[in-house]
Amino acid sequence: MAEASQNKKYRIVHYVNQFFGGVGGEEKADCEPFTIKGPQGPGRLLEKRFREEKVDVEIVATIVCGDSYFADHQEDVLREQIPVIRGYHPDLVVAGPAFNAGRYGMACGAVCQSLESLGIPAITAMYKENPGLDQYRKTVLIVESASTVSGMEDAVRKMVRLGVKRLRGEKIESPKDEGCFEQGIRQNYFHEEPAYRRALDMLLRKISGEPFETEYPIPFFDRVEPRPALADLKGVTIALVTSGGIVPTGNPDHIESSSASKYGKYPLDGLTTLEAKTHQSAHGGYDNTYANEDPNRVLPIDMMRKLEKALGFKVHPWYYATVGNGTSVDNAQKFAKEIAVELIRDGVQAVILTST
Amino acid sequence: MAHVCSIITISQTVGANRIVPSVAIPHPLGNPKLPPAEEQELRQNLLKKALAALQTPIDEQTVFS
Repeated sequence: MAEASQNKKYRIVHYVNQFFGGVGGEEKADCEPFTIKGPQGPGRLLEKRFREEKVDVEIVATIVCGDSYFADHQEDVLREQIPVIRGYHPDLVVAGPAFNAGRYGMACGAVCQSLESLGIPAITAMYKENPGLDQYRKTVLIVESASTVSGMEDAVRKMVRLGVKRLRGEKIESPKDEGCFEQGIRQNYFHEEPAYRRALDMLLRKISGEPFETEYPIPFFDRVEPRPALADLKGVTIALVTSGGIVPTGNPDHIESSSASKYGKYPLDGLTTLEAKTHQSAHGGYDNTYANEDPNRVLPIDMMRKLEKALGFKVHPWYYATVGNGTSVDNAQKFAKEIAVELIRDGVQAVILTST
Repeated sequence: MAHVCSIITISQTVGANRIVPSVAIPHPLGNPKLPPAEEQELRQNLLKKALAALQTPIDEQTVFS
């Protein structure tokens, strides 16, 4: 091993499942992890392709683990196997490719994420619908592969290209250019063309039916099945939630006026209206004169109280508020999950969400 | 959930299912140009619309305008 490092040979550890590790198919998916010296299965192809790129690599070890075993014992496997991998002093760890195998993709992602957090470069490959992608794309560079093993050659070629860059410590400017899935990281840089010219160019391309590429892709949004209608309002608890930034005066939780990183939960119990002296808008990006003058214009508790009496529902004694101005979809989803869990726990059956 | 909001297309993009169009971005449930009593009535009507939306069975994103 000492000799290898003197020759500046790069050391790679490869992670594979029971199938690619040569143990067997689904019937062996509960196989416990073990180590093989040297390359195994797709590792041989990886090593060959790296060498064809004139990069002197050696797959020093292959870690094999059954997909079900990993899924059922993830924490234990990582706790035991990460030190084993580190013990080989790898310059790079390659996991998979996992194609569209869900448990395998999750395992590859988890292994890579654990190693990256220790400063060890790790890459994997999977199909765009592999559940491991959503789980790990933000922390792991994941090469896009086909859905089945017939895409092995292509996946390995792309992994080698990316692997060479990572071995040499080269910066990965644009994951897409490397055949990887985007990680959702925005990097600022100076473009030689001003924005208006780029926008006009894009527009002209669009008008003339030529291909163009947006500089800021719209994030992917979930769709949810509509909930059944409320049969009757009587006895139902309804909560008010707002992204319009209505907070108690002084904004006690310091919710940011833009790109909010938090939300607040404030009492409505005993309040029949919101007043300019007790509540305000913390929201930037719109003229909040009117909301500050009369916060009911954004959080309509005054009229909710009237309807509460008239229609026999109950207003939840707490309202939740954040600022929608430039707030990331990720943060908004995080807030929504936490708020929804609390609302359900507190017996709320419906929500009126107001947005500015 | 009923989403009372000014920019319907954003609500549709983020996936709200029961959407109630409101008055304007700076005062979704009000209109400072109206006398207070009328403004309150406007607000109450928007909320009634939101409550009706919550009681309406739907299969897909629906705008209750």
